Amino acid sequence: MTHLSEEELIAFRECEGRENAAIAEHLQECAQCRAEFTQLDTELTAVFAALDTLAVPDPGREYGQRVWQQIASQLQSKSQPSLQGAHGDEQVKWWRTFFVARRVAAFAGLSALVVMAFLAGRGVKDHRVPDTSNAANLREKVLLLAVGEHLGRSEMMLTELSNTETKKGGAKLIDIFAEQKRAEDLLTENRLYRETALEQGDARIANVLDELERVLLDVAHSPGEVTGGQLQGIRERIDAGGILFKLRVVGADVEERQRATPTDSANLHNDRKKV
Amino acid sequence: MTERTVSPREGDAEAIELTLGGDRDAYRVLVERHSASVFRLAFRLTGNRHDAEEVVQEAFLRAYQKLEQFEARANFGTWVYRIAANYAIDRTRKKRIEEARRKEPSMREAESAENSAMNLVPDKQPSPERLAQNVELRKQLELALNTLTQAERTAFVMRHWEGCGIEEIAVTLNSNTSAAKNTVFRAVKKLRNFLAPLVSQMAGARAMGTES
Repeated sequence: MTHLSEEELIAFRECEGRENAAIAEHLQECAQCRAEFTQLDTELTAVFAALDTLAVPDPGREYGQRVWQQIASQLQSKSQPSLQGAHGDEQVKWWRTFFVARRVAAFAGLSALVVMAFLAGRGVKDHRVPDTSNAANLREKVLLLAVGEHLGRSEMMLTELSNTETKKGGAKLIDIFAEQKRAEDLLTENRLYRETALEQGDARIANVLDELERVLLDVAHSPGEVTGGQLQGIRERIDAGGILFKLRVVGADVEERQRATPTDSANLHNDRKKV
Repeated sequence: MTERTVSPREGDAEAIELTLGGDRDAYRVLVERHSASVFRLAFRLTGNRHDAEEVVQEAFLRAYQKLEQFEARANFGTWVYRIAANYAIDRTRKKRIEEARRKEPSMREAESAENSAMNLVPDKQPSPERLAQNVELRKQLELALNTLTQAERTAFVMRHWEGCGIEEIAVTLNSNTSAAKNTVFRAVKKLRNFLAPLVSQMAGARAMGTES
């Protein structure tokens, strides 16, 4: 007699299926399988009871209303003539992008303020403080810190996009909406850092940010869902300029320069907080 | 012209029709009606409140964007559920890739050793230790769920906690019923292997603690 496997016993306990009748019949007849099933049942009952103690927090009675308040501003009515038809999704996405962009602009603005405050402070402090070397170092360090973080996040997003799995068969659309949104976020910051680097006369960083901007634009302007072929095209464009390699090299260089720039770290943190 | 409002009692189908007809606020009925259940699923899938809330918001935004694709005879709750599960799968997969890249292998090993079931506090001890043990148990349970792939976790959550049918799980996972069944099996087997010795050890220790 062939005994039942663990898979069959678990499937019998957990899933509905046509074969269940035959398994039930076998369990009636076979003491060994019955004993195994009893053991399995006892163990799983205890395991599931333990798992059931992992409580889900109550989101509250007003939760649905809160969710609505959080998303309502991002929803565009489906009836407006300009939003109807095949472009409806894009219009909603554009609207969402607008709000995302506002959030991002706030963040990027804050980051930029950190940098700009130091740059603006340079002129003022030059008149008041005879020795400006530490202040200049501090400013450079802030710029390097911000750019280093930005390069790291960009590299991570592009690496993920390059590693996104293409489903076999190729017919299915691949969702890259999350990466697209991140590219949009990064793009806003990138422009600010590139301009700052140019003002600072840091051509190396400005150049790599310029190249990165083109790649980010490409991703940000892609559809949220792409075919395998389209994704491959994006990957090829990422690979063509060797941007990932450049990001790594310049990122390492930025990190090295950060370490080599002597500043009072307490001042750095205090100044960042003030901004 | 009188303003048309949708009462919470109106069915999903009517709310969808109104939304597609241009009454954006009709979508509110769907959001308010289904948010809590989508949150429950999202929390089970992500394991934390912050991520779960983000999944809920994104699921309703995506559902709104794709509402034209929704088939009238289908169940909106199931549909948005599927969108949430898919987004959670995708999101967790990406997070895991990011985390794996950040963590050194040695750190992972150290973490794994620290979380090992062998490090549990013996049970027959006074309440502070007992409390610590409960915390440890919770940690182990979460760890066990984290050993599942995201597809396995989704299949298990949908089957065990949400009572979904195999066909529904198969649709969510973009697979067939046989593969979905297999995914449920793998999840249950992993959880059994991981947790059964631990649960039995704790039950034994508790019994001894009660006797003494």
